[in-house]
Amino acid sequence: MSHLAHSDLTDGPVDAAPQTAATADGGFAGWSPKRIALALICGLVVVWLIIKAVDDPRRFAVVTLNGTTLAALFFVVASGFTLIFGLMRVVNMAHGSLYLLGGYLALEMQDAWFKEESSGLGLSLSGSDDTTYSLLAWILPLILATAIIGVLGVLLQQVFLRWNQGQDLRQALITIALSVIFADQMLAAFGGISRDIKTPTAWPESVLLPGDVRFGFFRGVVVLGAALLIAAGLWFLMRRTRFGKIVRAGVDDRDMVSALGINVQLVFAGAFLIGALLAGFGGVLGGTMISLAPGQDTSFLLNSLIVVIIGGMGSLGGAAIGALALGLVDAYADVYLVFGDTDLTNYSILLTFALLVGVLAVRPLGLFGRPA
Amino acid sequence: MNPVVSQRGVSWPLLAGVVVLAGLAPLVFSDFFVSVILTKALWLGVAAASLIFLSAYGGMVSLAQVGIYGVAGMTFANLVAADGGNPAEWNPWIAALVALAVAVAVGLGFGAIAARSEGIYFLMITLAFSVLVFYFFSQVTQLSGFGGVNNLDLPSLVGNPSLDPLPLYYTTLVVAALVFVVLKYVSRTPFGLGLQGLRDEPARMRALGFNVTRHRMLAFALAALIAGIAGLLSVWYNRRITPGSINLAQTIDILIIAVVGGLYRLEGAWVGALTYALLDNYSREYTPTVGNVLGPERFNTLIGVVFLIIVIVSPGGLVGLWERGRERVRRRGPPPGTVGAGPEASPAAGNV
Repeated sequence: MSHLAHSDLTDGPVDAAPQTAATADGGFAGWSPKRIALALICGLVVVWLIIKAVDDPRRFAVVTLNGTTLAALFFVVASGFTLIFGLMRVVNMAHGSLYLLGGYLALEMQDAWFKEESSGLGLSLSGSDDTTYSLLAWILPLILATAIIGVLGVLLQQVFLRWNQGQDLRQALITIALSVIFADQMLAAFGGISRDIKTPTAWPESVLLPGDVRFGFFRGVVVLGAALLIAAGLWFLMRRTRFGKIVRAGVDDRDMVSALGINVQLVFAGAFLIGALLAGFGGVLGGTMISLAPGQDTSFLLNSLIVVIIGGMGSLGGAAIGALALGLVDAYADVYLVFGDTDLTNYSILLTFALLVGVLAVRPLGLFGRPA
Repeated sequence: MNPVVSQRGVSWPLLAGVVVLAGLAPLVFSDFFVSVILTKALWLGVAAASLIFLSAYGGMVSLAQVGIYGVAGMTFANLVAADGGNPAEWNPWIAALVALAVAVAVGLGFGAIAARSEGIYFLMITLAFSVLVFYFFSQVTQLSGFGGVNNLDLPSLVGNPSLDPLPLYYTTLVVAALVFVVLKYVSRTPFGLGLQGLRDEPARMRALGFNVTRHRMLAFALAALIAGIAGLLSVWYNRRITPGSINLAQTIDILIIAVVGGLYRLEGAWVGALTYALLDNYSREYTPTVGNVLGPERFNTLIGVVFLIIVIVSPGGLVGLWERGRERVRRRGPPPGTVGAGPEASPAAGNV
């Protein structure tokens, strides 16, 4: 027994694999009517999508790419959320605020440092179109804003969440209070108008994909690439480093880890740093890809919540799958909910809800969730 | 760690005293105060009571209450004559009953999903529900109109609140008192006691043959009924409903009211609501302006800070603070006359 537990800690990917397999087959014989109904619905959705894809493959490709890139952004933000929860059981309701603040900080830096350096006198007749941005004008704010949010996250954790570990409701309430204050202060400091961060002028507007499909360069290449890099980086960090090993052990049994002489407080701070960095980084990506406005914090908190509720709290693989499901459902529902003359795209949020309910009906803890 | 939930029944003399005092309030206060502070505090309190009921007796902190009251309000708004939305011009009383039925049905549905999870998962799932309801109504303008649903036709009982606020005030007062009594009563029925058992020992209750999920779901439906009542009172009070009035900010406001009042006492709902309504109206006059950071415009910062302080200092809210203070005084024994006996004499007082 103890040998088994030991091998769990030292070996890399051993603990996740059997669980995935168990969810995948699940045993056909024991399927309840509920599962069969859900499988039928999923089947119908797939058939519907195939019909749509055959109908207009190019449009289908663009919509799918839209969903995938949205999912990439959701994953970046939600992975930080799930990481913090997995290790510390802290539901960081201020995660959306960190996201939005990260975006705003980058925007302010870009405006303050890189706007004047641009072509001529900065007095253009046609608005900001003449302003050019170098690569540095995007990268530097990205790095700085991300770093600031990371430090801020650790500060918040040390001041507000360190002394009340284990009181998950109280911690959630504290982070809710923080999010209220943050939202109001950001409204005061950055205003209520929707703005966005500019991409470097040298980057192409769009790329041409095989099959004559045009897709936005930033969305398709930068966001997707960044998300893939982050996923790989997190995988490496969690599976191949000592830090990740401690974090995974901490998820399973925090008290045992600290009894083994590991400085759990330091690990907690580290996890919070990474979680906040991801929120800040996501904010800069999102601020460039979508926009920054009051309310985006709520929206990304909700997205993160749904992603981790679907995927299972604390599971990075779950976050990836949850993000993909949410992003694709969002994208397809926005476009394909038109049946003849009736346009039901207004009701697209119901599909998100259905996704959530469908997953929870079968797996109350999410796809990869484990009991606390 | 958390304050213990009271098992006592309704203290009838106290309740009667409070209701009579509240009933006499219009003699003392202006119409403005009665309407903007008292009526509002009463219906906000009903909404917070539905949250506190679930949290105190069921151990479920639900953030879906605003979503459910939004469903009730929107249903009512779309069934009676109104500007905007999809008015069906029904009799307001029938519309109110149907709205409550819809709220309970939605509550049962939400409950069926959320009741299977516990603790912080429950909080997150219900938060997602509430925000989804908000997004639903802000997207579906057929139901919510472009500028909300306005000028609702109200039941004859409450008349026209903007001309004479008293009928609505007394209606709200009676409803709030009834809600309090009913919830207190339910908490002492076998159903309520079972619910408290589930809160403390779900595994043991399951072993005793309780259907844990169904029990929780029914409690959630009861809370949905209360939330639906709050939704009706809120649309009667405002005579309109917009998606913006059921957004995350409102969800959090109700949570703040419940926490500031005290998550472990039903009374706390109205204590918190009154505090909130007073702060909402009068803090703006007294808040000093500190650059962009603080000032009359920054009410949310103020309420956020109050909320933060309450959560940090007293998990039992204002009611918890009051009880802790009373406890401390009682343990100190005889009142301050005996100065010499001082602090060392009561070792227990330190660790309250």
